[in-house]
Amino acid sequence: MSWFKRVKEGISTSTKDKKVTPDGLWYKCGRCKKATLTSDHVANQYVCTHCNYHHKIGSREYFEILFDENSGKELYAHIVSGDPLEFTDTKPYTDRIVESQKKSGLEDAVRVAHGKINGLPLVVACMDFSFIGGSMGSVVGEKIGRAIDYGREHKIPVLVISKSGGARMMEAAFSLMQMAKTSAKIALLGEEGIPYISLMTDPTTGGVTASFAMLGDFNIAEPEALIGFAGPRVIKETIGKDLPKGFQSSEFLLEHGFLDFIVDRTELKTKLTTLIQLLTEKKARQKKEVEA
Amino acid sequence: MSTFDFEKPIAELEEQLEKAQQIAEKGKVDMSASIKELEDNILKTKKEVYKNLTGWQKVQISRHPDRPYTLDYIKGIFDDFVELHGDRNVKDDLAMVGGIGSIEGKTYFIVGQQKGRNTKQRQMRNFGMANPEGYRKALRLFKLAEKFNKPIVTFIDTPGASPGLEAEERGQGEAIARNLLEMSKLKVPVICFIIGEGASGGALGIGVGDRVYMLEYTWYSVISPESCSSILWRSWDYKEKAADALNLTADDMLKNGLVDGIVKEPLGGAHNNPEEIFANVKKEIKKATKELRTLEPHDLMMQRIDKFSNMGVFNEEATA
Ligand SMILES: [Zn+2]
Repeated sequence: MSWFKRVKEGISTSTKDKKVTPDGLWYKCGRCKKATLTSDHVANQYVCTHCNYHHKIGSREYFEILFDENSGKELYAHIVSGDPLEFTDTKPYTDRIVESQKKSGLEDAVRVAHGKINGLPLVVACMDFSFIGGSMGSVVGEKIGRAIDYGREHKIPVLVISKSGGARMMEAAFSLMQMAKTSAKIALLGEEGIPYISLMTDPTTGGVTASFAMLGDFNIAEPEALIGFAGPRVIKETIGKDLPKGFQSSEFLLEHGFLDFIVDRTELKTKLTTLIQLLTEKKARQKKEVEA
Repeated sequence: MSTFDFEKPIAELEEQLEKAQQIAEKGKVDMSASIKELEDNILKTKKEVYKNLTGWQKVQISRHPDRPYTLDYIKGIFDDFVELHGDRNVKDDLAMVGGIGSIEGKTYFIVGQQKGRNTKQRQMRNFGMANPEGYRKALRLFKLAEKFNKPIVTFIDTPGASPGLEAEERGQGEAIARNLLEMSKLKVPVICFIIGEGASGGALGIGVGDRVYMLEYTWYSVISPESCSSILWRSWDYKEKAADALNLTADDMLKNGLVDGIVKEPLGGAHNNPEEIFANVKKEIKKATKELRTLEPHDLMMQRIDKFSNMGVFNEEATA
C-alpha cells in the first residue's frame, strides 16, 4: 500500500513486533499476561482476546484497519521537521529527529491518508506515539491542518486519531501555536458543515487534548485510554495525594460528558461507517461485502 | 520592593544616594554635586542592566510581585468598568476576570487572568491559574462582545491553566480547545497583551487575537523554563539554559513572527511606573482598534485564521 513507500528498508514500523515472543508465533498480553497466537492477535486488531486490552498501535495499523483494501493513499508524506530555534537540551533536536526517524521508520508523529471505508470517502490523520511520544510540533500541526483542509476542499468527513504526550517542547512557542492553527482549521471545516470525528486513544494529553482532540463534532475514544489536559503526575504533585481509580480514563470522560461514546477497536470501522452514513445519507457497501 | 540579583549594582548605588541625601538634609555639607553624580550613575547603570537582560532575568521581572495585574490595567486604561461574573454553568472563576468598559466613549469587552498580591489573594485567585469555568466565562464574554459588535481586549498573565481533579472533571482541555476554535472565528477585533507570564495553553486560551502584543519584560511559551528544565534535563537546575533555548522573550517571539508587537515598559519594568505602561498599552489598543475596524468582519476573521495557520517551521521535500 502506498503509505509503506516511505518506510525505510529493513526497518519495521509496527509496534506489534516488539512484544511477540522469540518464535514470533505468540503474543503475550501486557496486562493479563495470557498468550494469544500472533496471527489471532493481529486478526483481532491488536486487542487482547482474553481481556479486551487495546494494545497501542500506530498509523500503519489504523490505516489497515480502517481503509478498504488498497484504497488508502498517503498525503503530505514529505513534510519534515525543521529546527526553528536550533534547540539543544541534552542533545540537539535535529539529532533527536533523525534518531526517531530511524527507530520508528516514520517522518514525524502524524500521518495523513485518504481513502474509502466501506465505500465511503474519509480523510484520516493518525498520530504515532513512537515518534517522540506523539508530540505536536510544526509538522504535526501542519499535516493535521492540511488533512482538515483536504476534507473541506473535497467535502469529505475528517477523522483525527490522537495519541500524544502533548507539546513538542523543542519547538517551544511554535509548538504552542499549532493548537490555535488546528483549532482554526476545524472552525473553517465546521462552517462548511462537514463532519469532524475525533478518536482519542491511549494516551491523549496536553496540547492535543486542549485543541483538535476535544473539538470533534463527535468525540469518541477507545476503552480505558488515558485522556486529560494535565498529566496525572503533575496533578498528583499539585494536589499532594493519589488520584482516584479510573481518573482521566475514557470511561471517566464519558461519565463527565466529554465523549459521545467509547468504541472497541474491533467495532471502530463499523461504527464509523454507520455514523458517516447517517450524516451524509450516502450508502455504504453491503454488509456482506464489508466482511469479505 | 524586592530586588533581583542582577539589580544589585543599582540597589547599591541607591543606598549610597540615600546616605548622601541624609547627610545633605542635616545641612552641614553641600552634597548636591555628588547627589547629582549618583543620580546620573543610577540612571546609567539601570539603562545598562535592563538593556542586557537574559531570558531568565526577564522571566523573573515578569513575575515581580509589584507588577500591575489585569485589574490594575483595566482600572488604569478603561472608564466606567463594570465587572461581569460567572460562566452560567458552574461558578465564577476568580482567576479569570472580565467585564465591559470604555476608552474615549468606545466600549470594549475585557478579559484577563488575575493574580493576587498577598497570600490570601493569591489563593483566592488560584495564582492566576484558571479552571474550565474561567475559560468558559471568557468565552461567554467574547460572544457577548460579538453580539454587540464591540472589540475585545485580553490581558494574559498566567503560569498555566489550573491542573487539578476538578479542572479535569470539568474538561480543562475541552474548555481551552473550545476557546481556540471560537476565538478564531470571532467577527470583532481581538487585541491581546501578554502583561506577565504567558504559559502554554492556559495563556493561548484567551490569546487568539488579531493583534498579540508582549510587554517588554514578559515571556510566552509552551512551558515554563523550570518545567522545561525538569523534563528535558531531568533537573531543576537548567532553568536559565531552558529560558534561552525556549526563545521565550518578547524580542524572540517577535523575531519568530509569533506575536505582532512589543510594548515598551518603563525603565526597570512596568511596576516602576504603572501610569506609563497603562498609557503605552492604551495607545496600542486605540491604534489597533482603528486599523482592525477598517476590515470587513469576514476578512478580519480570515486574516486572523491565516495568521495562525502560517505559524510553524517545517521542510517540504520534493515529491519522490
Ligand atoms: Zn489481555
